[in-house]
Formats: sequence, structure tokens, C-alpha cells
Amino acid sequence: MRRVAPLGLRTRLIAAFLLVAAISAVTTATLTYQQARTAVLKQSQDTAVSTLRDQVETVPLDLPLDQAQLQRIVTDLGKKGKPNPWNVFGEYGTLRASSTSAPTSTVVSEELRRQVTAHPHAAFQRVTDPAGRPYLAVGMAAVWLPHDVREPTGLVLFATMPLTTEGNTVEAMVEAAKRGAVPGLAIAVVPALLAARSVLRPVRDMRRAAQSMGRGRLDTRIEVRGSDELAGLARTFNETAGALEQSVSELREAEARARRFAADVSHELRTPLAGMLAVTEVLDEEAERLDPDTAAALRLVSAETGKLAVLVEDLMEISRFDARAAELNLDDVDVAEAVHKTLERRHWLDERVVTDLPSQVRARLDPRRFDVVLANLVGNALRHGGAPVRVGVRAEVRPGGPRLLIEVADSGPGIAPEVLPHIFDRFFKADAARTRSAGSGLGLAITLENVRLHGGTLSAANGGAGGAVFTLDMPLEADA
Amino acid sequence: MPRVLLIEDDPSIREGVGLGLRRRGHEVAAAETGEAGLALMGTFLPELVLLDLMLPGMNGVQVCRRIRESSQLPIIMLTARGDDFDIVVGLEAGADDYIVKPARTEVIEARIRAVLRRLGTPAGSRPEVEFHGELAIDRAGLTVAKNGERVPLAPSEIKLLLHLSASPEQVFSRQQLLEYVWDHSYHADARLVDACVRRLRTKVEDPAGSPRYIQTVRGFGYRFGPL
Repeated sequence: MRRVAPLGLRTRLIAAFLLVAAISAVTTATLTYQQARTAVLKQSQDTAVSTLRDQVETVPLDLPLDQAQLQRIVTDLGKKGKPNPWNVFGEYGTLRASSTSAPTSTVVSEELRRQVTAHPHAAFQRVTDPAGRPYLAVGMAAVWLPHDVREPTGLVLFATMPLTTEGNTVEAMVEAAKRGAVPGLAIAVVPALLAARSVLRPVRDMRRAAQSMGRGRLDTRIEVRGSDELAGLARTFNETAGALEQSVSELREAEARARRFAADVSHELRTPLAGMLAVTEVLDEEAERLDPDTAAALRLVSAETGKLAVLVEDLMEISRFDARAAELNLDDVDVAEAVHKTLERRHWLDERVVTDLPSQVRARLDPRRFDVVLANLVGNALRHGGAPVRVGVRAEVRPGGPRLLIEVADSGPGIAPEVLPHIFDRFFKADAARTRSAGSGLGLAITLENVRLHGGTLSAANGGAGGAVFTLDMPLEADA
Repeated sequence: MPRVLLIEDDPSIREGVGLGLRRRGHEVAAAETGEAGLALMGTFLPELVLLDLMLPGMNGVQVCRRIRESSQLPIIMLTARGDDFDIVVGLEAGADDYIVKPARTEVIEARIRAVLRRLGTPAGSRPEVEFHGELAIDRAGLTVAKNGERVPLAPSEIKLLLHLSASPEQVFSRQQLLEYVWDHSYHADARLVDACVRRLRTKVEDPAGSPRYIQTVRGFGYRFGPL
């Protein structure tokens, strides 16, 4: 399908307006012209026909006529042409006479002649001569009334008169119509523009309002002017926006409630856990001296308490992100040193982790959160992937500013394709059978949030060699 | 073994932490409210206070300020709220460290030991009292005087000042200071350093001018001097 170049609403409105104006102007002019033309011509015709009839009736006829007599009648009538001068032609049997130098007229048609001879009444016809000038040709049979019956005398008289004056009048009218239509159309542009403006302004308002809503300003409303369809549309828009705002605010409230609930639950869990966690070592120590079953039970309680504490801590952290309460405490750090410290603290500095750390790369970031991110990525790689884990750090200059790129690749089997899209989901477990893993299930979600807080991105993929590759890309200088 | 005063309103934590610390040989006294804790201080004479941030009546920050008015006793905040705001408020009030609940006894004990660790460098060729501008630092007596007047400092503040002034003009990163002063090799939290520096400055610097003794080196950390 051919796409027509889209015209603006304003252009279309003005074009439609002008089209309507042109059609009405042309129609009016045409009808007026036809009516006026008919009226003008009819008057001339009627005058001519009646004058000729009057003249013919007063002509003394001495039948039968000879050529001289015919010539005299014709010449007499020719002088009496009123109001327009006419040429008179007489036909009587084979005799022909004319008030002009030409014996017969060039404009009297056979049709007119036939009409006149068939009925002894006046007949007329508008014709144009070979030069294109308009003529009125009137034909009339001279009659006598012996017994109140119209008897044709055999004499037929034709009068031809030019309609130049009438033609000029009509032409002047056409000219006037033309002259009036063009400025009329030009003037029509003004109301067209006004109409377009009055239509377009609400449309423009609406577009602006829709854009503003799209940007999240749900309290946007349009001023309703008048009571036309556009005002109705504006009212509908406002009602829709109101409904949308209400449902969004309800959703937000519900979300805030859910978030607060998660935070409150986690918070409430911390207090009993604090007491329990403080005494787990007591249990562990005591377990050595107890019978195997009791010892196993105590160790289980101790281990689970530890896991629960990690889970609650992670939940608190997630709810801080959700409430947007997490903030960056930025510091300038040497990236290689920070990575080294993170690995050192967790005793990962053996052959299991291979690092590629360029020296002299300084970054502005939150060291605590950076430590969490790196520890989680390397820890995951060791736990779910396999040694050796390669940690590569590099700085790259990009148009938007220098970036810090960190790649953590393991040597494990990689991530299953169906798992990949959900890898950062909360509580997502790659292995459905193993419902409880060592971690809380929130590790990667927290890691991603920490990276986002720094204005960066974190992506997971499978490397060419088969292992999983996590790529962290964040600004070298994060904004607080 | 250190005598620890635990001010905590929740009985399970009070008992749990008390039990854990006693098993490790600490002498622990527990108080349910801030008022009771302050009253106990006179009779128990603790060497360190473990202070919950949220207490009925007088809250942890107020208790901390009250203790600081008269004593240089080391204070560790115990907080269930790990939010940055709460931690900073606690540190600004004069706490030497903070522990986010829940925490294992070993963590709590490690923090206690770090805060209590003997200060000072072995006496060498250095004079016992050093003079830096208007500051007189007595490394043996662990006292600091400004214009001859003694400045009361919290343990973390003294440690920080001693560490920085031992190597004037050397720049230390926050991470280095954390490791030397707080023994935090496992939890890099620059806020401890920043809060402590702020407190130290209000005590030793001239409030009108820019910091003279403890200067910020943007992008790197802090240094002492040059005066």
C-alpha cells in the first residue's frame, strides 16, 4: 500500500474549508449566472418577438406579392428595429428580399424555417454566426384573418439581431463572479484558520496533557472550554485521568503496604534472632558433650538459625532497595586493591580464583556495596559454577564517560537457557529439586540492585568455553 | 576479662547476648532501660557499654550522649535498624562502633576486643608528650590537651588521633584507618571513619577555620597536618 505523506490536521482542515468554500462559490455563481443569463436573454427575445409581431401585423399586404413589394416591406421593417437594430429577410415562395446587401441570412437555420412554416406562429432561435457572435433569429409568418382563422399568407419574415450587448452583460457577470470568487476564497482562509485554531488548540492541549501523563504526572488535567464535542473529549480525558490516578495511587498504596509489611516482618524477626544467634555457639559447644541425636538436633538448630539470620538480613536489604532507602556512601578506591581485599577476606586467594587486575584504576564507588557485589558474584561462581573462576577488571573510555567493566567467569557447566532470564529473580532456584540452597535466594537480586544503585548494569550469559559469565558495567565515577 | 554493661530492652537478646558473653568469660551486667543502665554505671563500673538504639523512654542516642558528657567509656551501639541514617546518628552521638542485630557472639566479642585493644605505641625514643600546634598528645597517658586544657575523647577518637599523628603528613585511606583503628578487616564501612573524624574535629579544631589538624585529602582519605 502506498503511504501518503501525512498532512497535518491544520492543513487538512484548511483544505477542507477552502474546498467547501470553492464548491459553494462555484455553485452559487453557476446558478446565478444561468438564471441571470436566461432572464436577460428572455427579455430581449420577448421584446424582439413582440415588436416584430406588431410590425408584421401592421404591414399592408397586397397579395400576391412581387419582388418589389417584398423588398419594400422588408426595407420598411428593417428600419423599425427596436430596441436593437435588426436585419430583416423576407421569403415568399421563391422570392427573396433582405434589408441588407446579402439576399439571405447566414444565421437562419433550416430548423427555424421549418418551425415557422409548420405553424404560423412566431419562432425564435439563438444562434451563433460562423464568426462566433451570438445572434437572435426570429421567424414569423404573416397571416391574415378572413374569418377569425389564422391563414398563412405565404410570406415569412425573419429578423436577425446581434446579441452582443446581452453577451457582454452576461460576460461581465461571469467576470464579476470570477473576481468575487478568488478574493472570497482568500478571505475564507481567515475563518478556516480560526476554525482550525479553535479545533487544534484543544487537540494540542490534549496532546500535551497525554505526554505529561506519559511522563508520570497523573494529576494532569485539561481545562474544559465550552460545551462542544472537543470539550466533551476533554471531560472524558479528565475523567479517565482521574480514574487512572486513583487506581494508580491505590496500587501504590497497596505496594507500599506490602513493602512495609515485608520490612516490618523482617524487622520483627531480627529481635528473636538476635537472641538466638548470640547463643548458637553455646549450643555448638554443648553438642560435643551430648548424645548423637541431641547433638545433631542442636547443630541443626544452630545452622538453621544462622541461615535464617542471613535470610532476614537479605530481606531487610531488599526492602531497603524497594523503599528506595538505600543510598551510596561513595569513596575513592583503587579497584584492584578493593577486589583483592574482597577475595582475601573470604580466603579465595588460592588457585581457585584467577584475577586480571590492572593497577592504577581508581573508581568512585561505595566500597561496602562493591564488596557485596563482588563477593556474591565470585561466591556464586565457586558454588554453582566451578573453579577456576576468572575475575577480569578493566576501565574503558566511552562517550558517556569512563566505565568500569568487571567480568566474573567460572569453569562450570554454564547456565541452562531456560534459567537465564530468571537468574536475577528473587528466590529463584535454578534446580527445582533442591529447594533450599546455601544462600537466601536473594543474593543475585541484591547484587543487581547494588549495581543499579551505582548506575550500572549486570548481565549473565554463557561464555564460549561453557562456563557462566557475569558482566558488570558501571560508571567509573558513580553519582550519589 | 572486660566488664560489659548491656542496655537492651528485649529480654531474649538481653539473655542471649549476656549468656554468650558470660560463656566467653566476660562479666556482664544487663539493664532494661537507659535510665536503669545509667544508674548501674556507678555501681558496676563497666569497661564497655553495649547499647541498644531503640529503648523505651530514653533512647540509645540520648543515653550515649549522657555517658559521653562525663566519661570516655567505649560504647558500641547494638542496632536492629541497619539503615544508614540510624547508624550515622548513633556514631555522631559518640559511639565507637556499631553492631547490626542479629549478630553472633563471636562477632560481638571481636568488636568489643577491637574497641578495647590496648592503645599506644611501645615507648621508644619518642618523647612521652608530643606537641602539635596547640595540641599536646600524651601517648603513655592516652590524654590529649588543647591549649593546656584536657579534651575528653572517646576511645575511637583517641585511637584515630594517635594513629594519624604518629605519621604526620602521611595520607591514610579510609580503608587503612578502618583496619588500624577499628580492626575492621571484614566489614568495610567508611562511615565509621567519617563520623569519627567529624566528632574529633568538633573537639580539637578551631570551629571558625578550616580543619587544621585532621585534613581531608579528596579522593584518598585523611592526614594529620601539615600544621
